[in-house]
Amino acid sequence: SVNPDLASERQTASFSVEKLTARLDGGAEHTRIRRAVVQAIECDPEFSRENQYFQSQNERYEAAVRKAVHLQKKMHEMGWTENGPEFKYIYRALSGDVAFLLHRIFMRSISVLGSDKQIAKWIPLATQYQLIGSYAQTELGHGTYLQGLETTAIFDITTQEFILNTPKISAMKWWPGDMGRSATHTVVFAQLYVHGKCYGVHPFIVQIRSLQDHSLCPGITAGDIGPKMNFEHVDNGYLMLQNVRVPRENMLNKFCEVQPDGTYIRRGSQKINYFTMTTVRISLISDEVIIPLMKACTIAIRYSVVRRQSKLKPGEQEAKILDYQTQQEKLLPQLAAAYAFHFINDYLQELFDKGYREIQRKNFDTLPELHAFSSGFKAMVTQYCTSAVEICLRACGGHGYSLLSGLPSLYTKILASCIYEGENTILLLQTARFLIKCFMTASTGQPVPPSVTYLAAMKPGKCPANNKLDFLSPDIYTEAYQHMAVRLISSTAAKLQGLIQSGVKKHEAWNQCTVQLAQAAKAHCHYITVKNFVETVEKLETTSGIQKIMKHLCDLFALHGIFSNAGVFLHDGYISGAQMDMATASYLGLLAVIRKDAVPLVDAFDFTDKSLNSALGSYDGQVYQRLYEWAQKSPTNKQMSPAYERYLKPLLHNTRSKI
Amino acid sequence: MNADLRRERAAATFQPELLTHLLDGGAERTRRRKEIEALVFNDPDFQHEDLNFLSRSQRYEQAIRKSSLMVMKLREYGIADPEEIYWFKRTCLGSFPEPFGLHFSMFQKTLETQTTDAQKEKWLPLVHGVKIIGTYAQTEMGHGTHLRGLETTATYDPATQEFILNSPTVTSIKWWPGGLGKTSNHAIVLAQLYTQGQCKGLHAFIVPIRQLGTHEPLPGITVGDIGPKFGYDEMDNGYLKMDNFRIPRENMLMKYAQVEPDGTYVKPLSDKLTYGTMVFIRSLIVGDAARSLSRACTIAIRYSAVRHQSELKPGEPEPQILDYQTQQYKLFPLLATAYAFHFVGAYIKDTYRRINRDINEGDLSELPELHALTAGLKAFTSWTASAGIEECRMACGGHGYSRCSGIPDIYVTFTPSCTYEGENTVMMLQTARFLVKSYNQVTSGQRVTGMVSYLNDLSSQRIQPQHVAARTVTVINDPVSLVEAYKARAVRLVEAAAKNLQAELNHRKSKEDAWNRTSVDLVRASEAHCHYVIVKLFTAKLSEISNAAVCAVMTELCLLYALYGISKNTGDFLQAGILTDAQITQVNQRVKELLAIIRPNAVALVDSFDFHDVHLGSVLGRYDGNVYENMFEWAKKSPLNKTEVHESFHKHLKSMQAKL
Repeated sequence: SVNPDLASERQTASFSVEKLTARLDGGAEHTRIRRAVVQAIECDPEFSRENQYFQSQNERYEAAVRKAVHLQKKMHEMGWTENGPEFKYIYRALSGDVAFLLHRIFMRSISVLGSDKQIAKWIPLATQYQLIGSYAQTELGHGTYLQGLETTAIFDITTQEFILNTPKISAMKWWPGDMGRSATHTVVFAQLYVHGKCYGVHPFIVQIRSLQDHSLCPGITAGDIGPKMNFEHVDNGYLMLQNVRVPRENMLNKFCEVQPDGTYIRRGSQKINYFTMTTVRISLISDEVIIPLMKACTIAIRYSVVRRQSKLKPGEQEAKILDYQTQQEKLLPQLAAAYAFHFINDYLQELFDKGYREIQRKNFDTLPELHAFSSGFKAMVTQYCTSAVEICLRACGGHGYSLLSGLPSLYTKILASCIYEGENTILLLQTARFLIKCFMTASTGQPVPPSVTYLAAMKPGKCPANNKLDFLSPDIYTEAYQHMAVRLISSTAAKLQGLIQSGVKKHEAWNQCTVQLAQAAKAHCHYITVKNFVETVEKLETTSGIQKIMKHLCDLFALHGIFSNAGVFLHDGYISGAQMDMATASYLGLLAVIRKDAVPLVDAFDFTDKSLNSALGSYDGQVYQRLYEWAQKSPTNKQMSPAYERYLKPLLHNTRSKI
Repeated sequence: MNADLRRERAAATFQPELLTHLLDGGAERTRRRKEIEALVFNDPDFQHEDLNFLSRSQRYEQAIRKSSLMVMKLREYGIADPEEIYWFKRTCLGSFPEPFGLHFSMFQKTLETQTTDAQKEKWLPLVHGVKIIGTYAQTEMGHGTHLRGLETTATYDPATQEFILNSPTVTSIKWWPGGLGKTSNHAIVLAQLYTQGQCKGLHAFIVPIRQLGTHEPLPGITVGDIGPKFGYDEMDNGYLKMDNFRIPRENMLMKYAQVEPDGTYVKPLSDKLTYGTMVFIRSLIVGDAARSLSRACTIAIRYSAVRHQSELKPGEPEPQILDYQTQQYKLFPLLATAYAFHFVGAYIKDTYRRINRDINEGDLSELPELHALTAGLKAFTSWTASAGIEECRMACGGHGYSRCSGIPDIYVTFTPSCTYEGENTVMMLQTARFLVKSYNQVTSGQRVTGMVSYLNDLSSQRIQPQHVAARTVTVINDPVSLVEAYKARAVRLVEAAAKNLQAELNHRKSKEDAWNRTSVDLVRASEAHCHYVIVKLFTAKLSEISNAAVCAVMTELCLLYALYGISKNTGDFLQAGILTDAQITQVNQRVKELLAIIRPNAVALVDSFDFHDVHLGSVLGRYDGNVYENMFEWAKKSPLNKTEVHESFHKHLKSMQAKL
């Protein structure tokens, strides 16, 4: 039965939860398919995650391999294919707890970088799992700066082979997933040398393990890089190459080729390839970042109406902790952010689909803008959501620290997203470079890409708000965000130019402005997110109460940003001190309004209990019973620890034997 | 030693040892600390394999081994001074908790302070001699913060002169106490006392939970481990359920309240004294925040001096990542924060000692302020340090995410302190209650003393905070002037919160409701107050430093701490008119200049913390900087690498390839 404290929250929903779910899925038909996939996966005990929190790294890895193998069977059984509508829901249903994710990257890199002949040779083998692939780019000494990779591939004209080497310890490949234990092949990125000349970094297919007995191939040293904060199920690996020879045909040669006589030729445009890398950053936002935040919000908010602590009014029952203003102020802005980012993700997907169509028509004009989008939003969304999940964890008091709450593992997993696929600071600076360039272009009156036309339209002036209700007007706050973004970008551009004009070298001037540049890039992304949320709300259907509640969330998201970054809005007097007090009052007022719909708003995310895997966040709210029963299954309670006989007994009896 | 680190160390403008002495409280204390640490380093009994490769059960077992060993070694070496014991243990355990931790802290302390002479005579020899192992069972599954809501009952039965202990609901099960799950055979249990049909509120009882000799749970006791957590693998945080479990009347701690044999309840005289222990434990957390953040800074800054990446100047070799402004901006303010927290921690410890002497002489006058101050500072420092440790980890890129960096362990071990010993938001609100009370005293014409005395300016001169600010011209290069700016901000936020509270009270009946509707403002006020205290204490410390070179570098850090705090909270300073737009721009600019000034001393500044590699537990933060080769050595020991072909190949992969 459902805990009455949770049931009562659902009775007063101001909107249709089912309709909001359908909106989030992109239509009721998608909801139906998603539920069918989740149902099929979750009713299969092979995919259970119930014991996950109790398992060692070794056990997690083995389970992930077992699941990956079983998944092939399951897909066949269910008639799901990689191109079918179900496919994108499988990963979500498994919560990513499955091996061979890099196998797909291996295949994609061959499809993108390989010639037709190479694709014909390798893709069928990979599709049928005759080999297991990985993707070996990052080294011990280099991640961000790809040109700095130190692995070498020297062309030997006499045998028509490349000789691959790890010349020093920092050149060892480090981190690639699936490579530590599983992979038989990997795409190795190495500096290509022909006739003593270096041609830069190129990809090579290298077999690392025997297809018969899985032992390492000659010249290969490979293994697992050891425990991490999360991803226990993935065998992130290291790889050292000593005079490993691969045939000339193993260099992926769609764009570059070494001919038998050693002639190096380059062909075609790599821009499509560049575009593919860019899309990876966007594709991870939904599954790896927004969904974990939605789960964390679901857990923390449901728990906050079940948990009662202290009294708000003397003589009454203890209050639900969600009724405390400080608790609302922790959680509800994170909930609003989850929606804001869901909608910005929809927007980005659409933008990239459009970009892809243009690029196929050989129109590369939108590339710089798309690149700036993908870098900036990847950085902003991952950073924001990571802090948001941590806030959810901390908002659950002591029980949040139990792995059984589900929150620690959501946190340790999402935080890796701030680093992989481009370290966030570096990405923000890439976006900043684009913004500064566009700002300069715009200030000379030339056209700029659509997303940054606002840079040209900078008006001085002040915020026109007269009372606190004005801050619930999207025009008022969107304008404030726009003003703030323009100010930060233009002042940084001015500073940069000033430094250069005063004789500071360009690169040095850039380094001296990087803190401001990163801030400007974030401000731009924040503005676009607010603007997009506003536009999305305007388009929502007005019936079923959805538009109204989304408008509240949109206001909250925007005002939370103003409240927490008050200084940048106050700085040039655009918002006055008195107006800031109004904005704050509106912000705090919204908390109490959204509070009433908090549970329906997380219910709309539609996570099953199995996918939350949390004692605190289950749909029925039977928190304490579940926590108690689950804890008893801990291995520490099943096995008799030898610690007593070995150490405690001698201590208590003061017999100093061998401790 | 790595050449980059050698160069960094040679270029420092001051002697790190002198700064170490300052942190330790004198050269003699540094010497003694190192002497005690050497006892551990040179003792083969304390050698152990890397804990990262062990399962939770194994880590627990290792921790018990070390805990037991420490008890014996401390006896052997005759180390009895609490601080020296702390040094010794820290060196044995790294930063990890010990399952006996609560035996020596809460269990022992409670028995020493809340028992009658007869009880002392019976229990203390058992505790000191570790004939029994105890823990402190307060928190329940359903209640942590709100102690009065605890549900465990102790019902007095005059017929047998026993208390009957019960866990009447699932939520009343004791949950979380450290060492309760598997280690302890006794617990101090907090329960609602019922006698003669009346509830007399919470009282403490000594409850045996496991059979001496066999260590099996006693009949009527259900006890176990609460399962895996975010860190604390060493610790058997436990649950305890009691079903009609009887203990003799003498097992109630009776120094203050008493139950007589016939069931008559005798009330305690004062309950203020329990403040003392809380203040003490929270002051330890402030010191712990400083140390945890210092360790993370040491790792991140050394690694940033070793790591080279990308290019700053075209055509030149890859620079150390510490040369990037963004990297300095991430790390140096945290370094300054770590120093600030060290000085704050030392201040609170000294103040506690001083006030404790007064308490023993019956003077409790300063206790409320110290209680309010430590609550807020505990919250402020633990929040800041937690976020800072994460920032350090992120600054180490991908390798920071590996357990070999040591930072994940520092984080998971430290971050629960945001919650235990008083949830941080609740702590901030306690401080706020004191601030509002002080504010109300001032507005009603009384004077307040201590750290809140700045509020006196409000009424005596009958001026608004805006005017205070306008009068004072802030000099951004002068720490003393910055203290004034922080003071003005605290005044403004305390006043704003107090006024908002009053406005709510004016149109609401319930005080609690008004308080709740103002709580976001109240937390902000407390934060501003704590921030002011920290800047003030850091600035005050500068005048105590005699060596000019050390003083110069500490002044730079102090300035960075104060200015960075302003740049992160510009809204408060602008809105109150404390600083102008132009000054804020100057502050932002000065922060970046200070980054470049501190850069040459960065490695020396973390060396001064004087952490041994064993304390750091980090491959990235090694003193010698030989990072990459040691990462490889470390990884080879991973459990997944035990056999060259993993068993899952035979179990799963082979069959998949055969079938498809």
